[in-house]
Amino acid sequence: MNKLLAYYHDVLRIRLIEEAIATRYSDQQMRCPTHLSIGQEAAAVGVSRSLRVTDNVYSSHRAHAHYLAKGGSLKALIAELYGKQDGCTGGRGGSMHLTDLDAGFIASTAIVGNSIPLAVGNALHQQVQRLDHITVTYFGDGATEEGSFYEAANFAALKQLPVLFVCENNRFSVYSPMTVRQPSGRSIVELSRAIGLRAEEVDGNDVEAVHKASETLVDKVRKGEGPALLECHTYRHREHCGPNFDDQLGYRAPEEVEQWMQRDPVTQLHNKLVSAGVDESRLVLLKQQIEDEIYEAFAFAKASSTPNPDYNDRYLYA
Amino acid sequence: MTGTYMPESPNNTTFREQLNLAQHAAMEADKSMLSFGLGISDPKAIFGTTANLAESFGSHRVFDMPTSENAMTGIGIGAAIAGSRVLMTHQRMDFFLLAMDQLVNNAAKWHYMFNGQMKVPLTIRLIVGRGWGQGPTHAQNLQSWFAHVPGLKVVVPSKTDAVASQLYSAIMDDNPVIFIEHRWLHEQQCGSTSVLPLQSPHESVRVHRQGADCTIVANSFMVLEALIAADFLQHRGINVEVVETVSLEQSEWQKIYDSVEKTGRLLVCDSAHGHFSVASEVVSSVTEQCFKALTEAPRRLCLPPYPEPTSYYLTKPFYRNANDIVAAVAEMMGVKVAGGIELDVSTPHDVPGNWFKGPF
Repeated sequence: MNKLLAYYHDVLRIRLIEEAIATRYSDQQMRCPTHLSIGQEAAAVGVSRSLRVTDNVYSSHRAHAHYLAKGGSLKALIAELYGKQDGCTGGRGGSMHLTDLDAGFIASTAIVGNSIPLAVGNALHQQVQRLDHITVTYFGDGATEEGSFYEAANFAALKQLPVLFVCENNRFSVYSPMTVRQPSGRSIVELSRAIGLRAEEVDGNDVEAVHKASETLVDKVRKGEGPALLECHTYRHREHCGPNFDDQLGYRAPEEVEQWMQRDPVTQLHNKLVSAGVDESRLVLLKQQIEDEIYEAFAFAKASSTPNPDYNDRYLYA
Repeated sequence: MTGTYMPESPNNTTFREQLNLAQHAAMEADKSMLSFGLGISDPKAIFGTTANLAESFGSHRVFDMPTSENAMTGIGIGAAIAGSRVLMTHQRMDFFLLAMDQLVNNAAKWHYMFNGQMKVPLTIRLIVGRGWGQGPTHAQNLQSWFAHVPGLKVVVPSKTDAVASQLYSAIMDDNPVIFIEHRWLHEQQCGSTSVLPLQSPHESVRVHRQGADCTIVANSFMVLEALIAADFLQHRGINVEVVETVSLEQSEWQKIYDSVEKTGRLLVCDSAHGHFSVASEVVSSVTEQCFKALTEAPRRLCLPPYPEPTSYYLTKPFYRNANDIVAAVAEMMGVKVAGGIELDVSTPHDVPGNWFKGPF
């Protein structure tokens, strides 16, 4: 029960944060391209629950959930979206370039497939230095069409590096469905196995299943048994980039959308808790606590000072 | 090319040996250093420049790599961010183009983009080929591409006496450094006693020769051609100043401006195409800074705006050499330079010397 509640807290927290961003986005104060994780929270939570603080994470353009689940500072995230001094990169990087080194979240980057080799390089360092840490690299299904994925996976398998590849397959690259991008019958898991990764797939909206699968893989990766890949099947609720729903564009079948909405990770966990007999009032309280935290974070971000452009040439070189 | 390649002597050392020595010293000095690249531990060891590194430091620190330029560059960057010091080597710059995403979007911007919280101590050696049919895709010097990107440092060595210290300081730099070697320099020699100490402070502009008549700015192999031309011109009573841009950054360009203030004339020799080039940047900066001192329009001596053809018969007019430099200077001075002395340029034109038997 406590485990279920913990999952629910983590998944709901990311959901509410993302919704709060979406609600305020039209204020025109968060002026950077923002890819919300709404609908895809369970993968990040399930994987992160298998990790230690000293493990490292790299991610891609849709990184809020990965950053938050790994323990990245909420205040620094919101301040970053507002382009403020206290943002996690002081306004240099925005939503697509997050970092929280204390939490082990090294970085997210904006170019598809671009951070996968960085994560593998991080794992190379961990191996050569004989550290007991592992690296996770999150990316989407689109990244498995990039050369960098194959090249990095090949090297990770060659050197048996301590890295877990997590592919969040949300079936779309912006508006392009799988059918125009990969041959029918393609399995990312089988492909990964052929490269030499220990690969599994899981319902990415089922946080318990993700946690269980990632725990098994992380354990092997940490023991030096070589790199692994976890494919999490999931779905994006809103537009590729931005705060809105975009189903009026007609790029996804309404039945498909409806089916995935019914498998929403937050609703699923909520229903499980209620049918397990958890009092609804307890869940309301939990939600209220999260909302307080979010309110505080936005207040912090708004109060944070604006960065000084006089220092724009700082940090060009170390 | 006796001016370039001294007669062999046991007291001499080569550019290649100096590069090798710098890598051994760096691996020794920093135990967290990794070194990898296609062929670095094969029997030819990148023209001998990486000889014995794997044997000395182990295959966990020095290793050959998959043919995956982009990801391997990203892996180098990721390891460098994590705390390793990384050196990568490519036998030809042309193959490195596959890795421009990692270099430009990650390495160059990382320290800046993450507000100084992380750094990328990474050096990438890129070798530029020339002649013997290297052709369109094995002979490009794209130095201006790299120099254009803020956050990168670009070092383009030319002289054996300084190359070890230049590579050593590139490796020990906590920023990404592109280190561009011209293949025709690897067998260049100098007396062992004239080699600069490894930890000499890096000079980004070197003045090799003083002269009051004309300033010649050059880098890479063109420095050698400029020095041959300078010798020849001196016998004709024309004294040129030869200035080398070792690094493609402008912090020490006052040395160039001072020289032009003195000579009033500027000739820039670039081993790359002239349009949108390093030569163009030197000319425009000098024009901005020394407009009144110029007595002649500045000139550029560069590669023509087409790719290097492969055939021996097509490459003859492609490269510029000391003859072209002499002719350009004479024209700028408004004098005729009497003939009679054979200029010491490469013969045949597509090899750096008789020692070079191809193919690379």
